[in-house]
Amino acid sequence: MPPQNMPQTSASKVPLWRQPVFRATVFQILLVLGILLFGYYLLSNTLQNMEQRGITTGFGFLSNEAGFGILKSLIEYDETDTYGRTFLVGLLNTLLVAVLGIFFATFIGFFMGIARLSKNWLVARLATVYIETFRNIPLLLQIMFWYFAVLRPLPLPRQSLSMGDLVFLNNRGLFMPQPIPEPGLWVVGVALLIAVIAVVFITRWAHRRQEQTGQQFPTLSVGLGLILVLPLLVFWLSGSPMHLEYPVLGGFNFRGGMEVIPELAALVLALSIYTGAFIAEAVRSGILSVTHGQTEAAYALGLRPRTTLKLVIVPQAMRVIIPQLTSQFLNLTKNSSLATAIGYPDLVNVFAGTTLNQTGQAVEVIAMTMGVYLTISLLISMFMNWYNKRKMLVER
Amino acid sequence: MSTHTPHPDLSPPITNVGVIGWLRTNLFSSWPNAILTVAAAFVIFATLPPLIEWAFIKADWVGDSRDACTSGGACWVFVSVRFNQFMYGLYPEAEYWRINLAGMLIVALVIPLFVERFRWKLSLGLFILVGYPIVAFLLFSGGILGLEPVETSRWGGLTLTLILASVGMAASFPLGVLLALGRRSTMPIVKSVSVVFIEFWRGVPLITVLFMSSVMLPLFLPEGTHFDKLLRAMIGISLFQSAYMAEVVRGGLQAIPKGQYEAAQALGLSFWKSMALIIMPQALKLVIPGIVNTFIALFKDTTLVLIIGLFDMLAMIEAALADPNWLGYSVEGLTFAAFVYWVFCFSMSRYSMSLERKLHTGHSR
Repeated sequence: MPPQNMPQTSASKVPLWRQPVFRATVFQILLVLGILLFGYYLLSNTLQNMEQRGITTGFGFLSNEAGFGILKSLIEYDETDTYGRTFLVGLLNTLLVAVLGIFFATFIGFFMGIARLSKNWLVARLATVYIETFRNIPLLLQIMFWYFAVLRPLPLPRQSLSMGDLVFLNNRGLFMPQPIPEPGLWVVGVALLIAVIAVVFITRWAHRRQEQTGQQFPTLSVGLGLILVLPLLVFWLSGSPMHLEYPVLGGFNFRGGMEVIPELAALVLALSIYTGAFIAEAVRSGILSVTHGQTEAAYALGLRPRTTLKLVIVPQAMRVIIPQLTSQFLNLTKNSSLATAIGYPDLVNVFAGTTLNQTGQAVEVIAMTMGVYLTISLLISMFMNWYNKRKMLVER
Repeated sequence: MSTHTPHPDLSPPITNVGVIGWLRTNLFSSWPNAILTVAAAFVIFATLPPLIEWAFIKADWVGDSRDACTSGGACWVFVSVRFNQFMYGLYPEAEYWRINLAGMLIVALVIPLFVERFRWKLSLGLFILVGYPIVAFLLFSGGILGLEPVETSRWGGLTLTLILASVGMAASFPLGVLLALGRRSTMPIVKSVSVVFIEFWRGVPLITVLFMSSVMLPLFLPEGTHFDKLLRAMIGISLFQSAYMAEVVRGGLQAIPKGQYEAAQALGLSFWKSMALIIMPQALKLVIPGIVNTFIALFKDTTLVLIIGLFDMLAMIEAALADPNWLGYSVEGLTFAAFVYWVFCFSMSRYSMSLERKLHTGHSR
């Protein structure tokens, strides 16, 4: 049977408002108009309100004198410094919490994630209890718990809990000996740098050699050894250019040494325990995502359990773990803004809190604060995309 | 002729079955394992008995002042004396029945949704989403039918937490679905607007959003507009969570094979019909765990409103801790709060698991 001629449906027969291209264009034009109108409405209101309330605009306030003290600062700061410097102090304090939190949370998370999969019934149950408890309690509550219920009721400095007269714990914080560098310590730094560079080259060389000959090289132990031993050796050879400064009780509190204020301790504890529970779940899902067949295949090829773990399971599990891990790191960094509830001087507390109240320049201050967090998350997601591209499963 | 009778079967070695067998395989299979077991048992024995003794055995339950707390354990009297405030906030005591009524109403409305053979699920669901909030709002705020008006600034406690959470869920879900569709759209402007919106809210902490809603929203609106503080917080939370919801829903949309979209088009379904009847039912089912996780996160995030001066349950407890008559009971107060939040979040996560199992229509292993 010859194919019947279909009735000609030219575009002209379809009414204009039924054509997808036309509809899409009109809809998008309307959307843009709507957004512009809305933006204009907000902007004109804001300008009018600011004029009526006598709020100045612009970023000139950043060079005015701040006139308030900050509990803890990583850089030199006093009341005569500018608002611009308070921004920097807050930013550095935020980054400090984030770095410490990420370090401990990763450690706890990997430990608990693996423990939950342990063949040991008791260990697996304990890890489950930890994860299910801390995941389901609001972070703010946990921060308040550590601060108000655990760290604040500690004894006064005079009755501090101490460990061998080196480490002291009281309601003013945790006091530890602080290493003070002496001139000549830079040699050790250089040694560390050389060790790191050497490890990078050794890893590359070992990888290439394995690709070509199949011979393996104990990269991990050699690398760790190099990074630890070389700087220590140089440190010892150059006559230990560093001494410890011990905390000493004087007046109402300890002086000298390294001090961890209770606000920082509560924040880092809560953040790392809370995020650790989420990381543990990520680690568990990553390990479970590697099917049992992979292990069996590796055994069939004659790999030993350790080698199987290193070469077959971990690389595949990491592909699942790393994206979740980065998003947890990002969450931790954003959650560190809860510091403001217990008065730790982070970016939100110092800048979006005190500075905002003193200057009244809400738009600029909030925009700068949000800008910082947006920049951090954009940087991390750029890294993520790069990593995903590199590690994505390459199929046909 | 003698017939061969086999010996009766030997029972399995005693070390492989029963309690001993279980212990051997699960706790003491190897030396390192045994050491781990002992360490774990030590952790349990070091923490659990003192905890139980503090929370139950030595605790004080009844009384009306701190003098009743003499046994050295937990002083739950603090919680029981303040219980009404933790639940209802600063709501006038004579009007508690309104909150109770609204609570019973929602429970009564939700129960039929779980009945398998109930027919009008869709219309009931719509009523819960649209009609019930109006009824509840009128009940809470009063001012009609001779009910005494109660300002939103007096709403508080667990009631406020639940109000914030349910409004946030109800608002962020549809918004999130729309944003997810926008992000998957072929129209470039719609797509980029959605991407910018989602990435903006996902990139900033909720605290800055709440700060923004409390200091910047008044600047955005015409002079003299009164804008309720609670409403501002609700808007902030909903916009924030809708971005997370959008990403979850997008994950589901991406997992639907292209053939489903094409089949819907081939059947002549319009865009919205194909979404509502073909794509969304499949996509949403795939991402139930993600959706519930977002809801749990939202529920936990409602605690942040205490920073902008709303009195949710945590804020009520914090305020009670500052009472000079009850100084030093922060452990009890915060433990109680933790328990309440934990019960809600944990049951949500368990419910999502059971839902996932029920809706799982594929091959199960």
